Amino acid sequence: MSAAIRDAIRAAARPLLAEGKVSLIVGYERGSNGYRCRPSFAARAGDIDRLEWDSTCSNNLAVFLPGLFQRPPQKKGQETPLPRIAFVAKACDLRSIVALVKELQAPRGNLVLIGVPCTGMVDERTVREAVGGAEVASFADDGKAVVVRTAAGAEHRFEREAVVQHACRCCQFPVPQGADVTVEGPARTPGDNGDGLVKDIEKLPPAERWARFSAEMSRCIRCYACRQACPTCYCKECFAEQNNPAWIGVGAEQTDVSIFHIVRIFHQAGRCVECDACLRACPMGIDLRTWTKKIAADVRALYGFTPDFDPTGKPPLVTFKEDDAQEFITEPGAQGHGG
Amino acid sequence: MSEAFEPKIVAFLCNWCSYAGADLAGVSRLQYPPNIRVVRVPCSGRINPLFILAALQNGADGVLVSGCHPGDCHYLSGNLVARRKFNTIKDLLAYVGIEEKRVQFSWVSASEGGRFSDLVRQVSEDVQKLGPQRRLSKEIA
Repeated sequence: MSAAIRDAIRAAARPLLAEGKVSLIVGYERGSNGYRCRPSFAARAGDIDRLEWDSTCSNNLAVFLPGLFQRPPQKKGQETPLPRIAFVAKACDLRSIVALVKELQAPRGNLVLIGVPCTGMVDERTVREAVGGAEVASFADDGKAVVVRTAAGAEHRFEREAVVQHACRCCQFPVPQGADVTVEGPARTPGDNGDGLVKDIEKLPPAERWARFSAEMSRCIRCYACRQACPTCYCKECFAEQNNPAWIGVGAEQTDVSIFHIVRIFHQAGRCVECDACLRACPMGIDLRTWTKKIAADVRALYGFTPDFDPTGKPPLVTFKEDDAQEFITEPGAQGHGG
Repeated sequence: MSEAFEPKIVAFLCNWCSYAGADLAGVSRLQYPPNIRVVRVPCSGRINPLFILAALQNGADGVLVSGCHPGDCHYLSGNLVARRKFNTIKDLLAYVGIEEKRVQFSWVSASEGGRFSDLVRQVSEDVQKLGPQRRLSKEIA
């Protein structure tokens, strides 16, 4: 199954490079550890044979887009042309790419998107824990079961759904839309968006919510992996590193850490596609999902906006409607003020 | 030695409406609690959520943000864009566990001195009831 998709990706990619339609193809290749595929950058015909596809292609490749389209300041009339780049994109990668196109990080015309329907990616952490962190020799997935064979020769068999990432289980958009080439393949049935998690937390009293948030964040080592892995965190200078004014300290002081996470998550409003790239990247395994889901749910509820496949229109927080909700506004003297 | 807790509240007021509203409250000799520290900003659209968090981190017990009523913005749409930002950050702060009434938003026009004093009284009472803000404040020895 995944071999057929891999061949279809290679078949779609080969003419793009050969005919000079793109100068680079961003996809996946076999990683050095068996737990996941790593990003691959194919610039020559020979590189195409490295491109892979299986259920460990969890990385969100959109994260590379802003960097690939960055140019030094240009002299008027002597601009170096922007590159043309192809991306192998699952639906979540594609939605991130669309969000970046909306924010003018790359012209859509310079992108060739190879959409791949997705049956959900396997959660590296779950598998790694189950096999005791052993070196993986082979990884097979027949759509129902995942079989991991370790270098020591042990075989571990998992029911596929049991090891699929939480983000994929509640994914509402498993099939990419609006790609230039769409590879044929199976896709999972769309899930609910996982807002149940947010609703459960909202029922708790503030002190318990805070206890939960601060307990998770107290493990943060400020490595910024979450920010680096996030496709829509592409500011050249992050607020966390600005020093005039220095918004927050650089150490592991608790309030600095909390504010870093609150603001980083806030900055994802209307852009987060709930791919859980931040969660996968976190070396401490902090459950960032609990809070990133809230910002996505909030934008959905307040402004009816979900980052989808439509590259037209404006991101929700740079625009407004005259009749936007304003129940949160304090009306002095009114009963039950302040929400 | 037990004195009543007097909260420190940072109030971000827009230059064109709320700041003038505060001025009118003063000129009209309307009484309101002295708990607010006013920061004048050109427009409520100037408010970066980091302002609010920086205030809390540096020892504010509460934050009040006030601008022109929707439709009255001196820059036409500053407060309308800000409204989306405010709603989102307010929800997120409440969600992580900062009490909802610590951070409040309102609209006060230049002619609403009475509304301004009512607002400050109400916000001061709310924050006083909540007690000192410790969750995001950096302890300074």
